[in-house]
Amino acid sequence: MGLLFCIVTALFFPGIILRVKSIASGRKGPGIFQPWKNIWVLLQKGNVISATTSFIFQIAPAVYLCTVLCAGLLLPFPGFSPVFSFEGDFVLFAYLLALGKFFLIIGALDTGSSFEGMGANREALYSMLAEPAFFILFGTLALLTGHTSMVGIFDAFRFTGPDTFIVGFISAYLLVQIAMIENSRMPVDDPKTHLELTMIHEVMILDHSGFDLALVHIATALKFGFYGGLIANFLLPVDWSLPVQIISFFVIQVLFALLIGFLESFRARKKLAKNPQFVFTLSSIALVAFILVLMITYKMLG
Amino acid sequence: MEERKYIELTGNPVIMELSDIPVLEYQEFRQLIDDLLKNERAHCLTYFVYPQRDRRQFICCMGMDVKHTILVFSHEQAAMNGLLLESITQRHFCFHVFEREIHENYGIGFIGHPWLKPVRFPFDRADQSITMNAYPFYSIDGEELHEVGVGPIHAGVIEPGYFRFICHGENVLHLEIQLGYQHRGIERNFIAKSTLLQRAILAESIAGDTTIGHSMAFGGLMETLGDQPVSPQMSLERAIALELERIAAHIGDTAAICGDIAYQFGQVVNEALRTIVINTTQRWCGNRFGKGLIRPGGAHYPLTPEIKLLILKNLAEVEGRFTQITGRMFTMPSVLGRFEAIGTVTAQQAKTIGAVGMAARSCGLMRDIRWSHPFGAFRDIQVDPVALPSGDVWSRTMLRKLEVDRSIAMIREFLERHDCMGATETPTNNMPLRQNSFALSLTEGWRGEICHAAITGDRGELVHYKVKDPSFHNWMALALAVRNQEISDFPLCNKSYNLSYCGNDL
Repeated sequence: MGLLFCIVTALFFPGIILRVKSIASGRKGPGIFQPWKNIWVLLQKGNVISATTSFIFQIAPAVYLCTVLCAGLLLPFPGFSPVFSFEGDFVLFAYLLALGKFFLIIGALDTGSSFEGMGANREALYSMLAEPAFFILFGTLALLTGHTSMVGIFDAFRFTGPDTFIVGFISAYLLVQIAMIENSRMPVDDPKTHLELTMIHEVMILDHSGFDLALVHIATALKFGFYGGLIANFLLPVDWSLPVQIISFFVIQVLFALLIGFLESFRARKKLAKNPQFVFTLSSIALVAFILVLMITYKMLG
Repeated sequence: MEERKYIELTGNPVIMELSDIPVLEYQEFRQLIDDLLKNERAHCLTYFVYPQRDRRQFICCMGMDVKHTILVFSHEQAAMNGLLLESITQRHFCFHVFEREIHENYGIGFIGHPWLKPVRFPFDRADQSITMNAYPFYSIDGEELHEVGVGPIHAGVIEPGYFRFICHGENVLHLEIQLGYQHRGIERNFIAKSTLLQRAILAESIAGDTTIGHSMAFGGLMETLGDQPVSPQMSLERAIALELERIAAHIGDTAAICGDIAYQFGQVVNEALRTIVINTTQRWCGNRFGKGLIRPGGAHYPLTPEIKLLILKNLAEVEGRFTQITGRMFTMPSVLGRFEAIGTVTAQQAKTIGAVGMAARSCGLMRDIRWSHPFGAFRDIQVDPVALPSGDVWSRTMLRKLEVDRSIAMIREFLERHDCMGATETPTNNMPLRQNSFALSLTEGWRGEICHAAITGDRGELVHYKVKDPSFHNWMALALAVRNQEISDFPLCNKSYNLSYCGNDL
């Protein structure tokens, strides 16, 4: 259920961001499905594979897409269990995505290009720094709700009093920021740039072409949809009726895409050297939430 | 005694008999340069070889910024291969690129020059064995260092240039810039093309974004050599065109800088404003970059009252909107974080490398030909150039904003003085040039000082032509700006200078 809706989201997600940015800059912009039309064109094309690469480079896009899809199987929908669910499944979710990223990174290193090496290095660094934030956040939520599976956490979390509102607000903020970092959006990365030296994600896939490139684009769009799904899951309560839930799920997703589009239109990107600092602050914010929950549950200062 | 060493000329453009250029002994020549460059407000305009049958005359022109004069002096050497001279660069680094050029073209060695690398690989270079693919890059050995090569095809598919970085992690230790891919033989073509019209078109194509700057320098030079000065009204029109070009280029660059820091709003607003300015030029002369507007002797497109009104109307709009967007830009923390203390070049560095124009003014070094060697209509107005001391990307972007404001004010002043009678002179194709003369013309294009020099022969024909675009000096500033910076800031630094590839390569 969750997977299905997230895939539907992923269909229009990149298009909305693109359209918002276009409109904010005074242009009409392409249709919502233009990114997918581009992917369709790429799918019909052949690959150009550099002679210096090994099989790693060729399997990387497929592995990347697979891991993202597998991670999607763990994604719940409010009130519905995902395909797989078990205690601590969020760890698997995070590391499945990390595995895909790992393959993309070694695929980039495989080309031997100095650009891709730099991009891989940056991507690895930011993912590594964002990881503690993600786990502290889920640890906090697990502590608060007493569940350790994603479906358990999301079902048990309710906005009941001021304390949960604070935790909820911090968590939603963190989830949005982590999603932006993991999906290489601003302010950490600039998906629009044509300058290899400033790229992060884009430069890693510089050597991929045709079908492989399409796989990477599909995986990236899905990943974005999944993170959006995670946020919607977190915010939506279980006890609403199904149609209301579905509508509000998509409303949240669209709002998320609009937010990203606007943020990217009206601000500048961060200086690359300041990025690690920025990413790391997310972990400290997560720690604040963690301590807060310790106090709420009387495990500290109790 | 002093009189004999050099000829001091006032005005701009200047002209003199070729035989009047003092010829010094090389030792004396070097000593003179030492003496002159002790004065901080002197800088080398151009230094080139005029080859004759059995000898080569090395002509050097020095600009005195405060006295508003140009000094001309030279030395002569026999035309033989393998000539070795003591390098001037070892004491005055700003000569490095001139000596490299001379070395490349004539095979003259300079003892003590740090590295006589090729500049642009001309077809008739002295050493045919060197090729573009075997450029002698500087390299540093080290376990932790890596090299990154960018180009020669630019990521934005603009002009070609090759950049080789030596990096320690994300930090740049050294950047070397290899140019020459755009070499078209402009200087030779000036001699080869016989009609004035052909040459005027050639001058317009030296650097497409500085069409007016270069064609003004060329026009001034020809009119001086042909002894047919244009009317004050014509000069006003040219000055207006030059300032329009400056405004358009500066606003366009501001847009590009915003693009590089991913500030989409600033980018699109400035792009739209640039379009208004270049479209104004188009309405005036039919070309957005001002091609065909400035021709020796006059203009095909007089400044009519309608054009005047259009310029005033568009400038008012551009001024308002540009003030608004820059006000927003320069107060936005995320933008300032990408501008401040990035790509810093000190005033001392700028002086050492002989930076000119914007690159110099953004480091607090006041170099502006409109002020130091005023030409045309700039003689009659008060030009007070802007200079900012910090030398970083912020300073270069802010300088653009301030210069746009000044240029708008200047155009208004020029337009007030212009009567718009439409009775200006038309271009001529027949302009006999004075024989055996040397002439030099300077203009301040939007990048900086543009220098054209010409020498005529016995029948008044062109025998030598020399062009110097500001980028010729300023590329070095970019190489210095990115030192100890992050490699990811290179595109931003590059854009903040926006130097010309083809102006350098000729």
